[in-house]
Amino acid sequence: MSTPLHGLPRALRLAAIGLVLATLAAGFAYAAGWIGSAALSPKRIIDTFEDQAGHFPGYRKNHAKGLCVSGYFLSNRQAESLSRARVFSQAQVPVIGRFAIGGANPHSADTSVPVRSLALQLSSDDGEVWRTGMNTPPVLAVSTPEAFYQQVLAMTPDPATGKPDPARMQAFFAAHPESAAFRQWAKDYKAPDSFANSSFNSINAFALVNKAGNRQYVRWSLMPETPFVALPGPVDDPQYLQHDLQQRLSQGPLRWNLRLTLAAAGDPVDDPSQPWPAERRTVDAGTLVINHVDPPEQGACRDLNFDPLILPSGIEPSADPILAARSAAYSESFNRRSREAAQLGARP
Amino acid sequence: MKPAPVAFHPLARLLHWSMAVLIIAMLFVGVSMIADLSPRHTLLISVHKAIGLALLVLVVIRIILRLTLPHPPVPTDLPPLQRLAAGASHLLLYALMLAMPLIGWGMLSAGGYPLPLQLPALLPHDLQLYAVLRRAHGWLAYLLFATVLVHLGAALVHALIRRDGVLRSMWPGPIRRQPLEAKE
Repeated sequence: MSTPLHGLPRALRLAAIGLVLATLAAGFAYAAGWIGSAALSPKRIIDTFEDQAGHFPGYRKNHAKGLCVSGYFLSNRQAESLSRARVFSQAQVPVIGRFAIGGANPHSADTSVPVRSLALQLSSDDGEVWRTGMNTPPVLAVSTPEAFYQQVLAMTPDPATGKPDPARMQAFFAAHPESAAFRQWAKDYKAPDSFANSSFNSINAFALVNKAGNRQYVRWSLMPETPFVALPGPVDDPQYLQHDLQQRLSQGPLRWNLRLTLAAAGDPVDDPSQPWPAERRTVDAGTLVINHVDPPEQGACRDLNFDPLILPSGIEPSADPILAARSAAYSESFNRRSREAAQLGARP
Repeated sequence: MKPAPVAFHPLARLLHWSMAVLIIAMLFVGVSMIADLSPRHTLLISVHKAIGLALLVLVVIRIILRLTLPHPPVPTDLPPLQRLAAGASHLLLYALMLAMPLIGWGMLSAGGYPLPLQLPALLPHDLQLYAVLRRAHGWLAYLLFATVLVHLGAALVHALIRRDGVLRSMWPGPIRRQPLEAKE
């Protein structure tokens, strides 16, 4: 029992131990995605953004060009019965935000990109934090991360023209009939002349949970109080929207109403490509007031990851796979730009 | 003076095996969640934070027990180099078990992320500090996995090749003292 082994038995047992360790190591490599089939990963999505738009150290890897703003949210308590989140009952909640244009190139002209975004962080007095990233389209063209990736590939700029190949885009949309609502939006969309009169949409659905534990799926939108004015034809100023925002905020605060759209039974809550019927009940939960803008790429928003799954108690994610993928990809973008900041001192 | 025990205290063995299961689960969860973008990613992140916090509490208890309870000595016939390796690898394991959850906590603080259970931030919100800690968390996880493999390999060599009492001293079930005493 207690004599050390020699010879063949020793060799066999050593081999068995080696096999145990190798199996564990292989399992680890498989879990990490180093071996086996290459599933779509956050890394591949962010790599593809950088391949297409270029490498801009220190910048966000999508919606790279933006401005930090701040203000507050005035709750009107209308949504208090729907969600126990303190933001819906606290009179005034401090807000940090970021207006941006879509795309991974931080030097794009403001009006060259149809998609605009507003990301917010609301910090309520119970210590909870709510981050949300909202875009101008109310729906996405796709319902899965894999289809989103195919869409990004289809939009690869043609080296000859610098623009996506229309035939390739057409083929993509033909293969993805779920994109019908998005295509309709893109066709009808008239770009407003300002961030101030743009509306922003959560796109993904979330569940509101009230004190009794009842769940209500919603999507939310910020509806501007500033009246709509269409963007005038071609614009010379590449910082048109930024200058406009700075100019407006020097005159006074800007306001949006937070509108919750309530899903009915059977509405697609896990599919961001499918709109809900227009007659769905809405609840106006309060007013977002933005009263301060920071100089370009400075301010409190810059070093935040507006991960849409940073939610307070009382707001929960839906099972929408795109929502989970956004969270994972934002995290990869945040890690990458923080690394660039640390290694190169790269700052936007 | 009481003779040194032949086995670890039952509480130490309970902690060793429960933490072993949790640490291996953590390493697999951690390495798979960062490559994943499905809704499983969301679930794994929250599991990772919860187990990480539990492991921080457990490792503090464990260090206190290690320093206060008597524990069996390394076999006297072990070559000096192996004794050194055993000591160093155990020290490294303790250091990593303590450092990993603290780095995780500090990293979320430096990244400006809200913390589970609304724990206070360990460090200020600083993007460059976040970058350093995020990388350290990843690389030290690989080092921890490698050290766990070495530890497991060594335990198996003790049990199957050297056939001494080392693995038995940490065995999760009741210790059979008979063979040990018969040896003397």
